[in-house]
Amino acid sequence: MTQRPNDSSREPLLEVRNLNTTFKTETGTVQAVRGVNWEIYPGEFLGVVGESGSGKSVTMASIMGLVPTPPGSVGADSVTFEGKDLLSLNERQMRRIRGHEISMIFQDPMTSFNPVHTIGNQISEAIRVHDSKMTRRAAKKRSIELLSLVGVPSPEVRFAQFPHEYSGGMRQRAMIAMAIANQPKLIIADEPTTALDVTIQAQILDVLNLIQEETDAATILITHDLGLIAEMSDRVLVMYAGKVVETATVFELFADPKHPYTLGLLASLPRLDSQLDSLLSIPGQPPSLITPPTGCSFHPRCDLTKGRSECRSELPVLVEASNGHHTACHFWDEMTEIAEVVTDTVGIDVRSSVET
Amino acid sequence: MNDERTEQILDEEAQALIGAGEAPDPRGDMKRAKAKIQSPGRIAWRRFLRHRLALGGMVFVGILFLVAIFAEFLAPYDPNVVNTSAFRTPPSSEHWLGTDSAGRDVLSRLIFGARVSLTVGVAAALSALGLGTLLGLLAGVVGGWVDSFIMRAVDVFLSFPSLMLILLLVAVLGPSIGTIVVVIALFEWPTAARIVRQMALSVKETDFVLSARAVGSSRWRIMRKHVAPAVLSPLTVVGTLLAAQAILLEAALSFLGLGVKQPQASWGGMLEEAKSLTILEQMPWMWIPPGLTIAVTVLAINFIGDGLRDAFDPRQQM
Repeated sequence: MTQRPNDSSREPLLEVRNLNTTFKTETGTVQAVRGVNWEIYPGEFLGVVGESGSGKSVTMASIMGLVPTPPGSVGADSVTFEGKDLLSLNERQMRRIRGHEISMIFQDPMTSFNPVHTIGNQISEAIRVHDSKMTRRAAKKRSIELLSLVGVPSPEVRFAQFPHEYSGGMRQRAMIAMAIANQPKLIIADEPTTALDVTIQAQILDVLNLIQEETDAATILITHDLGLIAEMSDRVLVMYAGKVVETATVFELFADPKHPYTLGLLASLPRLDSQLDSLLSIPGQPPSLITPPTGCSFHPRCDLTKGRSECRSELPVLVEASNGHHTACHFWDEMTEIAEVVTDTVGIDVRSSVET
Repeated sequence: MNDERTEQILDEEAQALIGAGEAPDPRGDMKRAKAKIQSPGRIAWRRFLRHRLALGGMVFVGILFLVAIFAEFLAPYDPNVVNTSAFRTPPSSEHWLGTDSAGRDVLSRLIFGARVSLTVGVAAALSALGLGTLLGLLAGVVGGWVDSFIMRAVDVFLSFPSLMLILLLVAVLGPSIGTIVVVIALFEWPTAARIVRQMALSVKETDFVLSARAVGSSRWRIMRKHVAPAVLSPLTVVGTLLAAQAILLEAALSFLGLGVKQPQASWGGMLEEAKSLTILEQMPWMWIPPGLTIAVTVLAINFIGDGLRDAFDPRQQM
């Protein structure tokens, strides 16, 4: 479906082809992820944005084999991680990947630790799961190293404490320590700062940056915060209604969005350099994924449609707009026009200002 | 004046709390930080100790265990020796609780009877718990048709009049402590199974189980590390209640003549004498002591269960 980048001869670390995830519910089958294609390269920092329910987290859970089946079902042409097709692995082989090759950082550090075990115990466990020869003592030593690496003060004491004795930020640090315990090649951070205080967010992002430098693991950051994406990512994947609608380097995406949804996201960011009575929002609601709109799923909310029938009847595929910049919009070449309208309303060009 | 006093007490308590909770230096030295660590288990234990009735129950049951263990040294007479010169004598300085229809010392029989009741109580409760936990875990963790099958079995067992079936089984297998334990366990496991299954199901949905799976833990590991500890506290509560029930059942069986074989002393067996109207009306020393002992023991165990339940209840204030 897509020709992937000319930007390198490197092999992608993880390549997802035509991933579909559905959930059976009483009201119908929810198509949470609908034919998604993307890849991540070694050492890359990939941002994934999209509003709630756009399929960001489900995509990642599908890759990790963490989608509960019966209600869910995962299908794809291939999900290739270092030459292995993850979807064809059995549970036992998959367990060796989870937490070892690919690890996850969850949204809510408050509930992601078991309250009856100490933090140290749970980090050690993550190490010992993958190394049966590792002694308790060695695992403890390693856990303390990890805790100090992620910036937990007096790690020896903290090792023996229970989750309730940690603050939210500290717990998220511990969570990161657990995620990097086995030196994974890919770290998936699923909205790692959403549950945290704004002041703590910055610290957690610093830790994420630091560990990426230290371990050189490829990192996927799932978020709905464009600010985070701008700050952290090399490349961005924009998701809408279970589909990837645009991918580009972070610089290109902010400077020259090629999909009206991305532009809408940029326009709705709160700004200090322009006075508006209220924040701009994208009109309408995200579509129901039980009966997604025909054609382009964004067309009911799109300014670019102008009543044209292609949007309603034809499914847009990802096309390369410029080098390495892909968009799933029939009329992406009219984006400049629409951006100017937005500029008029906001009083400032939303595209350029992030470039700094 | 009363108000003043309460205020003063509250004040003191508040002071104590502040003193205990906050160290002046926020970092604290290693020692203090270590002392502050409170495992959930320790918190529960502290709450339990604050529960007066439960503590009383535990002391009583503890003493009962000691009595049962050291019965030989404590009993004034051999419980099974028939004294032909003293039939149905009322309590006296010689026989503190009198003698029964065969001239055996009631106090001695009461002391030795504790062995039977406690053995049956503990063994039956443990076996019922073991069976229930195993089947409950299987149902909750594996799910699917295994779950349906086990839970239907639970429904069936709970809908039978168990005493009738227990009587039947004991009659067929022949009465002995062993069969009583097995038979009681066979009919008491469903309660435990239900609770374990329910806990397993709710723990399975938690974020920390998801994060354990994301780390690569196997089902078995998650069961051991996350489900088992969560199940442990409600199980101890169920266990005490099951033990009380088992003791009652054993007494009922012995009363009906299907308990431990005579002449071995058991509380229910001693009550059997009260079947006779003359004894019931005129010789209360033969049935009041065992009856009262059974009642108090069961009550004490139930108090322990209550205390445990309160102690493990996270909504309970410190």
